[in-house]
Amino acid sequence: MATPATSRIDVLKTYKLFIGGAFPRSESGRVYAIKDSKGKHLANPAQASRKDLRDAVVAARAAFGGWSGATAYNRGQILYRMAEMLEGRAEQLVTELVALEGVTPRVASVQVQESIDLLVWYAGWSDKISTLAGSTNPVSGPYYNFSTPEPIGVVAVFAAAKPSLLNLVGSIASVISSGNTTVVIASEKFPLVAITFAEILATSDLPAGVVNILTGSSSELAPWAASHMDIDAIDANGLTAKQLKEAQVAGAANLKRIRVRSEIKTPERILDYMEIKTVWHPIGI
Amino acid sequence: MSAFEYAPALESTSIVQIAESYKLFINGKFVAPKSGKYFPTINPATGKVLAKIAEANSKDVDLAVESARNAYAKVWSKMPAAERGKYLYRIARILQERAREFAVLETLDNGKPIRESRDTDIPLVAAHFFYHAGWADKLQYAGVGSAAKPYGVVGQIIPWNFPMLMLAWKVAPALAAGNTVVLKPAETTSLTALLFAEVCQQAGLPDGVVNIVTGAGSTGSAIVNHPGIDKIAFTGSTQVGKLIATAIAGSKKAATLELGGKAANIVFDDAAIDEAVEGIVNGIFFNQGHVCCAGSRLLVQENIHDELLEKLKVRMSHIRLGNPLDKNTDIGAINSESQLQKIQELTAAGDSEGAERWSVPCELPAEGFWFPPTIFTGVSQTHRIAREEIFGPVLSVLTFRTPQEAIEKANNTPFGLSAGVWSEKGSKILWTASKLRAGVIWANTFNKFDPASPFGGYKESGWGREGGRHGLSAYLKGGN
Repeated sequence: MATPATSRIDVLKTYKLFIGGAFPRSESGRVYAIKDSKGKHLANPAQASRKDLRDAVVAARAAFGGWSGATAYNRGQILYRMAEMLEGRAEQLVTELVALEGVTPRVASVQVQESIDLLVWYAGWSDKISTLAGSTNPVSGPYYNFSTPEPIGVVAVFAAAKPSLLNLVGSIASVISSGNTTVVIASEKFPLVAITFAEILATSDLPAGVVNILTGSSSELAPWAASHMDIDAIDANGLTAKQLKEAQVAGAANLKRIRVRSEIKTPERILDYMEIKTVWHPIGI
Repeated sequence: MSAFEYAPALESTSIVQIAESYKLFINGKFVAPKSGKYFPTINPATGKVLAKIAEANSKDVDLAVESARNAYAKVWSKMPAAERGKYLYRIARILQERAREFAVLETLDNGKPIRESRDTDIPLVAAHFFYHAGWADKLQYAGVGSAAKPYGVVGQIIPWNFPMLMLAWKVAPALAAGNTVVLKPAETTSLTALLFAEVCQQAGLPDGVVNIVTGAGSTGSAIVNHPGIDKIAFTGSTQVGKLIATAIAGSKKAATLELGGKAANIVFDDAAIDEAVEGIVNGIFFNQGHVCCAGSRLLVQENIHDELLEKLKVRMSHIRLGNPLDKNTDIGAINSESQLQKIQELTAAGDSEGAERWSVPCELPAEGFWFPPTIFTGVSQTHRIAREEIFGPVLSVLTFRTPQEAIEKANNTPFGLSAGVWSEKGSKILWTASKLRAGVIWANTFNKFDPASPFGGYKESGWGREGGRHGLSAYLKGGN
């Protein structure tokens, strides 16, 4: 940015990864250049490596027990807290969206508001999804039988592009509200809002490792995620048709649940990353 | 002291008429296969050929899919849902009427004891159709919203361990949701599926709604890869499940997969031991252990190991192995020679890896395929018999000290279909059930099934559920 020597020089942000609650650079030392919609240089976010992905999966797996074991009320409050923090950062995200997506401040502002409201919406689902999707089942015999949805484990999210903040928030919120942990691969073209959102997560009482965010090349990271044996599911909304097919082939190795669902505000999106558990017990004296 | 001996109590086979050869069931009629080929199906309890079965090739599958597509477009999807349901009720009633015939035929073709085919398999088959019949006109309540829509033509591939029951699990919800079906039974157990085709005719089910193509893996592969199929439902091995997942990658096909398991059956020291022993026996020896959800890994708390094993051996020595048609038989024949070889190979690995084998000292019939009820003690988690699905009457016994260790060992498997827990303490049962990464948890019971109860696995045990509202929604677009 060419700035007259007399005025103040901006302190620009270094966009790093978000793994296990910390903000490391890529272990590979790689970055890639992001330009704004007019072609001006904006930042050099990290280009995550396979090792970074693995580290993120380790962090996500380690966080799964605590997060899935937390009360649904607690998870709901933390998602709501994320909305509070996002509200406070709205201005910064509007600026980033205007620069990255080339939209007007008004359009960017609407996207940020919708993202905040979407977080609140998913926060409210955390302690209701089991009521909606669970059941007691009238089996023919003296047994108490109930089914309940449980989080599936570690979910890799390939966040869809525009509207980049809304898609990112929708994917993260739908995946973690039920107790999953996640490794998010930010939209390759719009990574900066994802890292700013990571700063929001870091101040939302969200336990370290529940959400990990990588920036970099989706086509490079997708095959690694798809073949990783400790990832249980993939939100593939950000993958191309070709990448999706390749991920489905590689994901068959551990029968990953690979989901694409364009609708961003639906409880089905939560259930995409849950498993139904059914428990039987005899009734008698 | 001499015990009362059991006199033979054979179920008559006169109720069953087996033809010399069987054709394919396509568009409401039995038609000769384009392949011109037939393969034998045998009675595994005698090794003798029962009949010849048509082998469907890809042209036959084309015809079946075309017939299912026509029936879907012209008849089944246009029919009022309540009428669709009434066909399913009719089928349920005819299955009840002809239950004994189905049970005897199942036992002849599969080798399972008549006690199980008569009291478990076939009653559950009728119950599945009756249950799902009632869903047909209530799809808006299946959990996917008021715009619930079927997929269209569903390709279904089922295994040999519960031939009719797996058919019912697949066909009943598919039809209730408004789909039409191309079904392939397992090559060693086609006969009851073909008798079911007759039931469809008796029920007046519109032509092409259910099509049955018999054959082996290549027939199944023709179904999986057919562009006219909208959804695949498969029950079988995890290995084949992964092949299917790979084959449908990049296509619009949806899939439900019910795959293998290596279920932990956890017995805490505060369990009612005698009941637990019954549950262990039912868990692993039901249906010769040819059960994907079998309790094949016994995890017993260390301080009751010796007492439990002693009681288990006493109980096992009362298991009656023999003619599946005998009403007193507990364990029938192994379904095929290749399955017997697989069991022999894995149990040999148990020996060579250092576990200690104990089998019930019973006499095995001279003909057919048999394996005695067997347990391995001193099994460690790295042994093949603790990791791989044996799919036979073989139990691997491991121990644990703390509940946390039990959970770690139970979950230390790529499978996640089912698990058992035995304790008299309610809070411990619920704690254990919540920690187990498996789709079906039997607490103080085992191997219970019901059409209202969702069944299916976590992890590499498959995708989706069958049974209950959750299973129904798997046959509706957008469902989970």
